[in-house]
Amino acid sequence: MGTVTLTAVLAQGTATVMAVLAAPLLLGWLNQCRAWLQNRSGPGLLQPYRQIRKLFHKDAVIASNASPLFRLVPYVELASMALAAAIIPTLWTRLPFAIAADSIALVGLFAMSRLFLALAAMDIGTAFGSLGARREMLVGFLAEPALLMVFFTTSLIAHSTSLPTIADGFAHQPFVLYPSLAFACVAFLMVLLAENARIPVDNPTTHLELTMIHEATVLEYSARHLALIEWSAALKLFNYVCIGLALFLPWGLAERPTDPTGLLLAVPALLLKLAVTGSGLALIETLNAKMRIFRAPEFLATAFLLAMLGLLVRLLLGS
Amino acid sequence: MKQSQTGISIQPLPGAAAVRYACVSATDLRKICEETGAAKGTLQSIWACDERDRDGGFRLWVALADSYGLLLLELPMTAENPEYPDVSDLFPAAVRLQRANRDLFGVRVNGGDYRPWLRHAAWPEDVFPLRRDHPADTVYPEEADRYPFVRVTGEGVHEIAVGPVHAGTIEPGHFRFSVVGEKVLRLEERLGYVHKGIEKRFESFAIFEGQRLAARVSGDTAVAFSWAYCMALEGLCGTLPNQRALWLRALLLERERLANHLGDLGALGNDAGFAMGLVQFSRLKEDLLRTNARIFGARYPMDAVLPGGVAVDLSNSGRRELLNALTPLENEIAVLQGIYADHSGLQDRFVGTGRITSALAVQLGLQGLAGRASGQAGDLRCDHPCAPYDQLGVRRVILTAGDVAARVAVRFAEAQESMRLCRLILEGLPSGELLVPLQEPAINRPGIGWVEGWRGPVMVFLQATSDGRIRRCHPHDPSWQNWPVLEHAIIGNIVPDFPLINKSFNLSYSGVDL
Repeated sequence: MGTVTLTAVLAQGTATVMAVLAAPLLLGWLNQCRAWLQNRSGPGLLQPYRQIRKLFHKDAVIASNASPLFRLVPYVELASMALAAAIIPTLWTRLPFAIAADSIALVGLFAMSRLFLALAAMDIGTAFGSLGARREMLVGFLAEPALLMVFFTTSLIAHSTSLPTIADGFAHQPFVLYPSLAFACVAFLMVLLAENARIPVDNPTTHLELTMIHEATVLEYSARHLALIEWSAALKLFNYVCIGLALFLPWGLAERPTDPTGLLLAVPALLLKLAVTGSGLALIETLNAKMRIFRAPEFLATAFLLAMLGLLVRLLLGS
Repeated sequence: MKQSQTGISIQPLPGAAAVRYACVSATDLRKICEETGAAKGTLQSIWACDERDRDGGFRLWVALADSYGLLLLELPMTAENPEYPDVSDLFPAAVRLQRANRDLFGVRVNGGDYRPWLRHAAWPEDVFPLRRDHPADTVYPEEADRYPFVRVTGEGVHEIAVGPVHAGTIEPGHFRFSVVGEKVLRLEERLGYVHKGIEKRFESFAIFEGQRLAARVSGDTAVAFSWAYCMALEGLCGTLPNQRALWLRALLLERERLANHLGDLGALGNDAGFAMGLVQFSRLKEDLLRTNARIFGARYPMDAVLPGGVAVDLSNSGRRELLNALTPLENEIAVLQGIYADHSGLQDRFVGTGRITSALAVQLGLQGLAGRASGQAGDLRCDHPCAPYDQLGVRRVILTAGDVAARVAVRFAEAQESMRLCRLILEGLPSGELLVPLQEPAINRPGIGWVEGWRGPVMVFLQATSDGRIRRCHPHDPSWQNWPVLEHAIIGNIVPDFPLINKSFNLSYSGVDL
């Protein structure tokens, strides 16, 4: 890693702020693609922003028995997702923050945000909050090991657990096909769907309280708190997609912030990759039904198995 | 006839519905119920009338469905002690009907479940709003409502209370789940959050206008209820409508069935997270409703059926338009049926979920569409066909699996059958007057309308006053029979499957809380 310069700090700031601001756009694109695939005209790309703005203009209603934790959690959620966004390479790989935390710390960061969300869900004491917290933790504790295995596989190839180094390695070395990465990629996609409450594990658009996983944990939130929660959920999806892009499609990432020409390629490359991934996710969600909740462990066990296979292929066959 | 050995005179009632009537004593009532139950008959409805102004007593009416049609039993009760024999051991569906009659009339059974059913502390316990001397416009102060739910205890058992207000735009109902983890041990429903006083309101209607209110008992069953009302009234007047009017009624009824089945099929896909199904079926349903609006003047033809005939006519061009729309609709539904059948994710959610076995369906008296998915053959269009169904030859749909998949399959098959019937009706529509004038209705006689709505058999009981008003009108929705069965369908299933099971029944909240 190079020395921390003013340019680097500026670039770090730009990348993080860009991620936070652009995250709802990815969600808007995904929803728009879903609408198109269902023969609907769709609400437009900017709908998540309108939703967040609307919520910020409302008065918050908070249960009388809510503890301070309940009010705190939306900020914790957004802050932890913004921190994750600072670690994940989106435009540049060699940013000053990258050395602060590696991919394993990132998994911990996601776990922490989920823990706070589950605590807040149980804080009010409604049946749905506890129900959602219970289900969210079920999905979470099964998804985490699979995600770790994906990171281990990529780390073995790149000889580093640091995401920017892995991305750098894949992006700037001669093109090699790693069968182990194919396994890891599928496993990561399954984890992404589960962790972001997408179909087939959860249904983000349902109004049926009894079937909800993630939504049930945030039922008690309103107004600005809900806006922050929704924003952080959009950012979480953005982060996951960017992790996937950094690991499996790293081409086009600029190396150093000091190199302005790299950005000319990095920005359109990121937009193109996000657009393609977003529409791909929309396709997956359109084709699948939501599975019965007790199928989620099987689904995530499959993800773990695939990630494990990837790791073994790398360790035993070296490919 | 079998019941004649009890020495009761049973006489047929005039009208299109196959109804026999008898005035019975309490012991005979119980005896006939036992005989009907043993002969695989079912309970259609129980309701009461306040006749204290005429002869100083109350009446209990029990309608039983057997292989001959509907058997209507009238039991006189004294004003001082309006008690009648409990029949809920023979027909479990009677429990809620008996509780509702206690709330509304103060007529009661000896023993049984004494909790209020429709009374949500909106009126005091000793006030009975459907009694004739109770003023309709009285407002009582709201009281605290302490309803004793049945508690399930044990290691790790906890309760989930859902509703009455839900996260979606649906009717209100409270569901109390006792669960261990995700598994449901028991569900207790509490309905009655939409009490509108419809039965009281009927009494201020002129008898030739009551069909307007009947059509609004449960909005998705408008044609069936208004037809049943008119059938009851025409029976009282001793007049039958023209064939053309009856064929048009059947056309409207089959289109109502089709629209509801299409809506449900989409919603069932959506509840399993398959939004594409919702979008496609919503489009088909919307096309159907818009065609209704264009040709019959209303998306849901609430005021199309009139006493003595129908208010809408079908021109030759309208007939051609409806006929031409049928083939593409049939094809599109067939394609979607293929998609549903081939989708492993959907089938995984549907198959085996919320199963009601045929034996349980018999025991609980499951009716209509849900009944036909659990081996209960009852379909008024086949069993006791009134005109024009006697000429159309309705093909009965019957499955035995009794799970969500079976209820989906019954809907697909009935939608196809309804389209076949629509085609037959449109091709063979006879000519004639739309409306025939009706005689004055018989006074203080029971009139019965009995029509197979999309959920199941819909019944309307009607009595006229001498000055042309309604003395008593009691509309009965099959949801009365099927709501308690839903409590059984969820047992042993997991909590997140409840919305899907509930939707597969899609029962009316309004229709059981008038």
